[in-house]
Amino acid sequence: MAINSLGDYVHINKDAVENFHGNQVVYIHWDNHNMFTAAAAFPLPPEMPFGALLEEVIPSIFASHPEYEKLKWDKVKWILDDEDFIPNTGVSLKDNGIGHKSLLRFITPELTGVGGSGN
Amino acid sequence: MADNVFLILQDNEDARPIIEAIEQDNQDATIDYQPGMVRIECPGRLVVNRDSVTEFRGQDWDPMELQLNLVSLSGNIDEDDDYFALSWSS
Amino acid sequence: MAVKKKLNMRKRYEVLTRGMGWDTTYQPMDKVFPYDKFEGIKIKDWSGWEDPFRLTVDSYWKYQAEKEKKLYAIIDSFAQNNGHLNVSDGRYVNALKLFIQGVTPLEYGAHRHYAHLGRHFRGEGTRVACQMQSIDELRHCQTQLHTLSHYNKHFNGMHDPFHMFDRVWYLSVPKSYFEDAMTAGPFEFITSISFSFEYVLTNLLFVPFMSGAAYNGDMATVTFGFSAQSDEARHMTLGLEIIKFMVEQHEDNLPIIQGYIDKHFWRAYRVLALIAMMQDYMLPNSPMSWNEAWQIYYVENMGALFNDLSRYGLRMPKYSDVATAEAEHLSHQTWSDFYNFTHAASFHTWMPDDRKMDWLSEKYPNTFDKHYRPRFEQWREMEKAGERHYFKGLPQLCQTCQIPMFFTEVMSDPMKISRRVSMYKGDRYHTCSDGCKDIFENEPEKFIQAWLPVHQIFQGNCGGADLSDVLKYYHLNEGEDNMEYVGSPDHKRWQEWKGEDKQDETATG
Repeated sequence: MAINSLGDYVHINKDAVENFHGNQVVYIHWDNHNMFTAAAAFPLPPEMPFGALLEEVIPSIFASHPEYEKLKWDKVKWILDDEDFIPNTGVSLKDNGIGHKSLLRFITPELTGVGGSGN
Repeated sequence: MADNVFLILQDNEDARPIIEAIEQDNQDATIDYQPGMVRIECPGRLVVNRDSVTEFRGQDWDPMELQLNLVSLSGNIDEDDDYFALSWSS
Repeated sequence: MAVKKKLNMRKRYEVLTRGMGWDTTYQPMDKVFPYDKFEGIKIKDWSGWEDPFRLTVDSYWKYQAEKEKKLYAIIDSFAQNNGHLNVSDGRYVNALKLFIQGVTPLEYGAHRHYAHLGRHFRGEGTRVACQMQSIDELRHCQTQLHTLSHYNKHFNGMHDPFHMFDRVWYLSVPKSYFEDAMTAGPFEFITSISFSFEYVLTNLLFVPFMSGAAYNGDMATVTFGFSAQSDEARHMTLGLEIIKFMVEQHEDNLPIIQGYIDKHFWRAYRVLALIAMMQDYMLPNSPMSWNEAWQIYYVENMGALFNDLSRYGLRMPKYSDVATAEAEHLSHQTWSDFYNFTHAASFHTWMPDDRKMDWLSEKYPNTFDKHYRPRFEQWREMEKAGERHYFKGLPQLCQTCQIPMFFTEVMSDPMKISRRVSMYKGDRYHTCSDGCKDIFENEPEKFIQAWLPVHQIFQGNCGGADLSDVLKYYHLNEGEDNMEYVGSPDHKRWQEWKGEDKQDETATG
């Protein structure tokens, strides 16, 4: 449905990727760990290697969770923009198909939050 | 049974004769005192009559004065010089 | 003809509002009233609209003046007697901070836009009602500022609400809702604010919360709240009458109005997430839970309203069922989110004490112990260990309501975050719910312009990349206005006033 307006409607895409100074926005969330209430948003260079997400980006938010130290990256299930996803840690976000405003979720079937409560 | 209409007034001295008039003129009204306010509910229709409030207050009361102590209401409003009423049509 | 000495109410109202307008001759009417046709709402006869209160200008001034006298007498005596010392706990004042930052600027926005409507509707009766409402809204804004200015002398975070309203991340939620309405046509605005917000939802803000203020010893707030609400009852009536008027005027209006009701119910309801947590968490003693208030003021009362409106072909707003299912989760999720991000907020958060936790268990038997108590107990443990939990980054926001994406699939899996995505011109847009997704997809041109606070920080438009830079841009004093309540300057002052021994206070209040 098109917008109903008096005159021509000016199109302004406030969050076009060009506005982020070479970065793209990536959202990351750890499923069933809702004491982090929402996915975290990051401005990241598309050329950043996926491995850096695991080593730097993800721990910057989630390492304070008591289950974090039990987390084994080789047992993690990934979902990228609602599709199952197997990352290649050696290549860039872009080459992994992670785009501007992509949502990346990781699921740890053995770790289900504090007392199994999803928190 | 018809849906409830409601009227909420501040719980103060001005509201007392209004509540007494409502109790007298609306047999099905229920009156619930909550912190700072009084919530009055009634199935279908609730009326506040000028004559009744005037009598309880001992001084003429204009339905427009309801504005002063009104907190909230629900229902279609019918107001004239002699009464203020709330109702659902169904 | 017998002439009555005094006109009755109907006549007085007719004299005031009828025959005051005229058809223009040297400019076409459509040029003089350029905004009231493009939405497609068809009005055959403007005189069909009538204010059921039949309030004339002389009685308007008379009663408003009387309300003001009463209110200011109380505000004065409250300030003179240091009434702030009588509230149940210093934590309570944080609800007032959110009120002055998030609600008072809306009153001002409403004042501005009802003035616009008071000029631009073609019918003079409708214009008079909008003009009175415009004055009311300015009064609300002023009385709230006056009342809360007393608290501003003694508590942090209330010093610059209008500046904050335009910049701070969580205040973009009410701001974007109002601006969505203000940038629409006059019929959409009035359906949004007068009906979906004021009739359907403001009881939830002004009635149980203000009653809660009374319950917590805040005489000043309950007085301005109820004084504003007495005008609100008139505004609600305007909302209901305008809806009935629009659908009666032409059959083509019905689907447009229903669409507006659906959209703005959901927009306004999302804003009320803030009220839900004020009610359940920020009132130290809560006379009524958010869920109880929702059952009474939405499920029951709005059920009655829409039963009545069904004769016009109108139905309950879309996704009412989702909102009702969310009532058992909303305050817990919202409070959790602010607990995560309170380092960037101009008010404090804290973990509920044992008594409050038990109250929450009792009021939310299906959800609190299962989903939220374990979370809170974990946070309390972290506090005791000196590692109070903060989210050390920024959250993903909903493109429509701008709230962090923390809502969950309450109908199926309450611990699964609810996320929707839309593609528009090659870009992804994330929304928190079917309600917000529908709104986005109906008007993507409008919502791709959203000033999302998190993305604006990333784009370098909010003072810098560090939290300190952003807080400066917000006019928020770091270490005073933000962070945990326990140990805050507000908390320390409260303890001094009350002569409380600091040793008695644990980190969990």
